[in-house]
Amino acid sequence: MADLTSEFLGIKSPNPFWLASAPPTDKAYNVNRAFEAGWGGAVWKTLGEDPPIVNVNGPRYSVMYGNDRRVIGFNNIELITDRPLDVNLAEMRQIKRDWPDRALIASVMLPMNEDVWARLVPMIEDTGADAFELNFGCPHGMSERGMGAAVGQVPEYIQQATEWCKKHARIPVIVKLTPNVTNIVYPARAAKAGGADGVSLINTVNSIMRVDYDTLTMFPTTDGMGSHGGYCGEGVKPIALHMIAEIARTADTADVPISGIGGITNWRDAVDHLALGAQNVQVCTAAMVYGFKIIDDLTTGLSDFLDQKGMSAVSDLVGKAVPTVTDWQYLNLNHVDKAVIDQDLCISCGRCHIACEDVSHQAITNMVNGQRRFEVIDEECVGCNLCVSVCPVDGCITMQPMTEGTDPRTGRPIVAEKADWTTHPNNPMRDSN
Amino acid sequence: MAGDSTADIKAHRLPEDEVDANFRDVHPPLARSEALIAADRCYFCYDAPCTTACPTGIDIPAFIQQIRSDNLKGSARTILQENIMGGMCARVCPTEVLCEEACVRNTHEDQPVRIGLLQRYATDPIFDQGTQLFSRKPDTGKKIAVVGGGPAGLSCAHRLAMLGNNVTVFNESDKLGGLNEYGIAAYKSVDNFAQREVDYILSIGGTTVKNGLALGTDFTLADLRRDYDAVFLGFGLGGVNELRLENDQIEGVEDAVAYIADLRQASNKAKLPVGRRVVVIGGGMTAIDIAVQSKRLGADEVTIAYRRGQKNMNASSYEQELAQTGGVVIRHWLAPKRLLTDGNRANGLEFEYTTMDDAGKLSATGETCEIAADVIFKAIGQNVAWSTLGDAADILELESNRIRVNEARKTSLDDVWAGGDCIFGGEDLTVSAVQDGKLAAIDIDRQLNNH
Repeated sequence: MADLTSEFLGIKSPNPFWLASAPPTDKAYNVNRAFEAGWGGAVWKTLGEDPPIVNVNGPRYSVMYGNDRRVIGFNNIELITDRPLDVNLAEMRQIKRDWPDRALIASVMLPMNEDVWARLVPMIEDTGADAFELNFGCPHGMSERGMGAAVGQVPEYIQQATEWCKKHARIPVIVKLTPNVTNIVYPARAAKAGGADGVSLINTVNSIMRVDYDTLTMFPTTDGMGSHGGYCGEGVKPIALHMIAEIARTADTADVPISGIGGITNWRDAVDHLALGAQNVQVCTAAMVYGFKIIDDLTTGLSDFLDQKGMSAVSDLVGKAVPTVTDWQYLNLNHVDKAVIDQDLCISCGRCHIACEDVSHQAITNMVNGQRRFEVIDEECVGCNLCVSVCPVDGCITMQPMTEGTDPRTGRPIVAEKADWTTHPNNPMRDSN
Repeated sequence: MAGDSTADIKAHRLPEDEVDANFRDVHPPLARSEALIAADRCYFCYDAPCTTACPTGIDIPAFIQQIRSDNLKGSARTILQENIMGGMCARVCPTEVLCEEACVRNTHEDQPVRIGLLQRYATDPIFDQGTQLFSRKPDTGKKIAVVGGGPAGLSCAHRLAMLGNNVTVFNESDKLGGLNEYGIAAYKSVDNFAQREVDYILSIGGTTVKNGLALGTDFTLADLRRDYDAVFLGFGLGGVNELRLENDQIEGVEDAVAYIADLRQASNKAKLPVGRRVVVIGGGMTAIDIAVQSKRLGADEVTIAYRRGQKNMNASSYEQELAQTGGVVIRHWLAPKRLLTDGNRANGLEFEYTTMDDAGKLSATGETCEIAADVIFKAIGQNVAWSTLGDAADILELESNRIRVNEARKTSLDDVWAGGDCIFGGEDLTVSAVQDGKLAAIDIDRQLNNH
């Protein structure tokens, strides 16, 4: 059986699944339950300077549903911990004492004033926490006070705050990044420049869930008014994966250890994060929706997957897919895929046809010799994968590469040599060689 | 055994509350959460096989998608614009051989989308709240007579009224609705739905109803052709096929159609007399309906005897199963040979076993058996009661004793259209009758108003 033991920045945990800094890690009661359930670590709900912030007494959460009320996306306007610092520190100390094999990370959000860092960082470190995580991502409430995302969106601030924390801390410092930026590499570089031992991402994405169809107010509201929140859950995973991969494949940030966060609901989501460069992962929304028990699927699923791949440890998987991420301009334009429909699996729903017919390349029939039948017209198929994407039957339509002959659509021969946009005759800025 | 001297027929075989429970909705409506999950299973097929399979061509994927977004009014409009009796059809259509049989989910996982129940979910609020979804075009000044207030006639009347015409419906019974009111098994249409649907159909205006007037008795087809711009005939099947056995008019042999009508009209079904041992002759929906309802009224032993095999039965396999799981015994390959009698009363039947050759020809094997019965129901089909319909049979072209129509449901007469069970090629389904009426109305309007 594969070894799920994880080591991130030298911090050991029995598995790579940490609970992210969020409501599930708000207090000892929850964290105890999480560790009993088997979670590898917990990033304590973000600590701040006393007096504690206050939360609204109206809805903090709202979600985007599938039809069966399955939660696809999750929005929240909860702030950092609303409990006094000493209460949190006492509980953290006890938790670390009771669960020495689990990772306990102190998430902190402090103002841009070194004195505060100098005073609080040692106090917090004294709990026995394994690392700091700097919350530069919270997109609401705190950012209006010049903290959270307000720091995370300005690389100079990130660097400055990271330097302060590093200066006063002896344990590792992780910088948590906000996705509400144009290019994630800049804040990642700033964290590195400030001396961060690693980064974690993504925090939540700025969001408004919807409107109330009766009142035509935004939804939800507190006493008739609402505020944007942070979006997370399954829906944000692709955004997270892109940002993680960008950091992992950019030369000067590739050596920054990453803790992956964003939409991890099952073990396969974790595989995505790990293979694209995260060394461990953090989970919040799935636990908030389903409870701590999901850790069983996460650990057993990942363990079996590693066995199946012949990998003995999580670290074998980390970054596996990173070399396959590149810029569009380097994609092989000589490669030709065609959709192939397995007629034995086809249930004749016609979705591939109408998608292709209405919005794509008119490359799938709906009638053949007067019979309802769906076949790919190779002369029209550009290999776009839309039919595969909309087909309800797993494996019924596949994209298959042409390896020889002539592409019936273009009349051009299939060649083994690669050729990309950088040298394409249509590219006015092509490499001249 | 056969030959008992006293027929055991009585009311109140079951307590009233049990009978009430037995005649409640056979398929309770979906709650919103159930409907959303059921709707989510629809793939929104292109050129959807379910729509092709629907005789009225309802755009099923479209109405299901509207359910998914709580757009129930839009969903109901999608349904009712093609089939104004979409509410009743949601209850009585044999979906298992129509839309749901065609559902591609059957190929994928052997369980179709629950189209019938979803259709009911979308349409129920419209009838509950009386929401008018349609409007009438400006008055064309044209007058059309519709004979028969069943699904074909009402569908025709509604479409004609929508198109701006003035309609008079001549209906032989006291209530409109035809078989929806008098024929459907009671547990398929509860809470007076048939009349609520009729009221909804008429609420658009433009239609005058004359109940209690029968073609051939109170007026002739010639009268209507003289007084109206066009005539639509949807008088259904007024006659019942006979067993053609010696003494078959004897007491103890009953017409299933008449009993079902009584049952539908009874305010207290427990008061209906029902036999202890009931034998039903036939293999169609009427046979299933009378058998199941007899059982639900408290009959001890109910047997359906059918002269062909299981696959030959007109009743769908789903309906057969409904009967069998309800305690009805279905026996195949039994043709009635002789009524057993006790004095002036039938008390059983002698059957002859049958067999079918490869060409589908049925023959008797010579072997026989007897089944004792307190009541024998004949449910072996109906026919057009031409003898009661006056001049109609003389001036209409018929085929196999039904009215011959073209694709637009026009008869051999240039001003007469027909639909429903009385035409040749009909499918004996509410949904087909609705389509007949709709097609005829469109053609009538086209011809009268030169569209």
